[in-house]
Amino acid sequence: MAKDVILGKYCVHKLRTKIINGLEHSQVEVNQKSKGDYMILMNDVYKTYANGVTALNGISIDIKQGEFVYIVGPSGAGKSTFIKLIYREVKPTKGSILINDINIGDIKEKRIPLLRRDIGVIFQDFKLLPKLTVYENIAFALEVIEESPRKIRTRVMDVLDLVGLKNKARFIPDELSGGEQQRVSIARAIVNNPKIVIADEPTGNLDPDTSWGIMKTFEEINARGTTILMATHSKEIVNTIKKRVIAIEDGLIARDEHRGDYGYEI
Amino acid sequence: MHETNTEVTTAMKFKTIMRHLREGFKNIARNGWMTVASVGAVTTTLILVGAFLALMLNLNQMADNIEEDVEISTLIDLTLNEEEITELGNEIEQINGVQTVVFSSKDDELANLIESMGDEGRSWELFEQDNPLNHVYVVKTADPEDTIDVANQISDLEGVQEVSYGKGVVERLFTFTEYARNIGLALIIGLVFTAIFLISNTIKITIMARSREIGIMKLVGATNGFIRWPFIIEGLMLGILGSIIPIGVILTGYYYLANNVSERISYSFVEILPFNPFAWQLSLIILGIGAFIGIWGSVMSVRKFLKV
Ligand SMILES: Nc1ncnc2c1ncn2[C@@H]1O[C@H](COP(=O)(O)OP(=O)(O)O)[C@@H](O)[C@H]1O
Ligand SMILES: [Mg+2]
Repeated sequence: MAKDVILGKYCVHKLRTKIINGLEHSQVEVNQKSKGDYMILMNDVYKTYANGVTALNGISIDIKQGEFVYIVGPSGAGKSTFIKLIYREVKPTKGSILINDINIGDIKEKRIPLLRRDIGVIFQDFKLLPKLTVYENIAFALEVIEESPRKIRTRVMDVLDLVGLKNKARFIPDELSGGEQQRVSIARAIVNNPKIVIADEPTGNLDPDTSWGIMKTFEEINARGTTILMATHSKEIVNTIKKRVIAIEDGLIARDEHRGDYGYEI
Repeated sequence: MHETNTEVTTAMKFKTIMRHLREGFKNIARNGWMTVASVGAVTTTLILVGAFLALMLNLNQMADNIEEDVEISTLIDLTLNEEEITELGNEIEQINGVQTVVFSSKDDELANLIESMGDEGRSWELFEQDNPLNHVYVVKTADPEDTIDVANQISDLEGVQEVSYGKGVVERLFTFTEYARNIGLALIIGLVFTAIFLISNTIKITIMARSREIGIMKLVGATNGFIRWPFIIEGLMLGILGSIIPIGVILTGYYYLANNVSERISYSFVEILPFNPFAWQLSLIILGIGAFIGIWGSVMSVRKFLKV
């Protein structure tokens, strides 16, 4: 565990973790209800990759519904691994990860697609399909989960409106700027109304001006009650748009601050 | 999150089926030369499988026919008088396993011979005045397997010049059938595996080419089945496409064979299976094997490379 650094917040968190731990072993009912208040609840999570690299070294964290959280830390600290655990791209080696009370560490393979329908994921490199139009790229996410055509149409138009790309629906990704492409990928991530949006360095490839626009979009999504986790290296963004900051260093939580600072020099 | 508590519905919507078909066909069109190569492999395989099956099934049928027709011809010594001939007939009837004993006079025998030779038989008509043949007892056993035993007992009887039965032919046919079957099977297993391998390679290429799409599908929560279907369909279509030419070859080839060849070689036992329904049944089998090769090939790749 990380040093006794921070404020009371951290101690509260530790205590909470203990209570949850206790719950799993005894039948104390007291806090059963509060468990459900958390969107994401990690308890002592380890991740060691097949090649022997340990990326996470005992992480415990709780995130409530509607929170906006920055994940910061040096390269190789384990931020991406942390994010991948949440949408079950990687499986924890040890520890439990509850997403809305479901331990996704030991759900059946068959349930993973259902978990992912509740989580929108955004990457630095957008991951769009180059031959499909903006509209088709977004609709794709609903088509492959067999949504009805009518719902697809209205939902895609809604999110296009939200990300401000209604007038570019027929463009293909190559005809868009980087910022616009990222908006398309955000639109795709939220088109199914996920409870959680996670973004791994979403502004990593964008210039500062464009990044602010993207952040505005994230804030709008967050304002509608969606929980947002965003791994970032942008000091300016973290220090300007103040949110909760979780710093990961060497696979451990080094800091967890409400309205925190970026805290690193670059 | 409520959805997480319900299982994925397995019933497939019509729209989804159409989508999978469309994607499957798109893959086939996109793969160009790989498609041609794998369809070609299936085609070659199935033509050989078809020819082999046609041969084997006909040989089997012939062997069955001959076995049923096995008769023992007992040539009666020329010196025997009528009374002795009747007595010999009685003795043969006493032998265990004998079912029927039919007397055929040397005139009957000559008539049969002339008839069976067709046009060439006319030259034998000269012998009608001075018939060199023997009277014959045609003996049938209840069980074809007793033939050898009964024939031996008959040949030991007084007044029997010679016994003959079609055993040699049956044995040779069986040996040939066995050889043909073993060689054919080895050849076909090799070809089927080559075809499966080529198909699975084609599917692998499709999977690689669509890895980005597959990644996004997984990310947004498409089920594994949904992701797999287009590839299974692609394999199935390759197998079915590969069976079109073989079926054409089988149908026309067999039609020709049934109409021409069977008339020329008209020994009683060489009777090839009739075009209808045999050629149609064979076509169905070919189609089935093609589909099997295609599905098997794609399943192999899907399991290995799709990782869903
Ligand atoms: N798939 C993987 N296999 C093996 N090691 C990995 C894999 N992904 C990440 N790692 C290792 O885990 C550590 C944490 O990586 P990552 O979570 O990507 O960190 P960050 O996103 O903070 O830069 C690094 O040492 C990295 O090399
Ligand atoms: Mg990273």
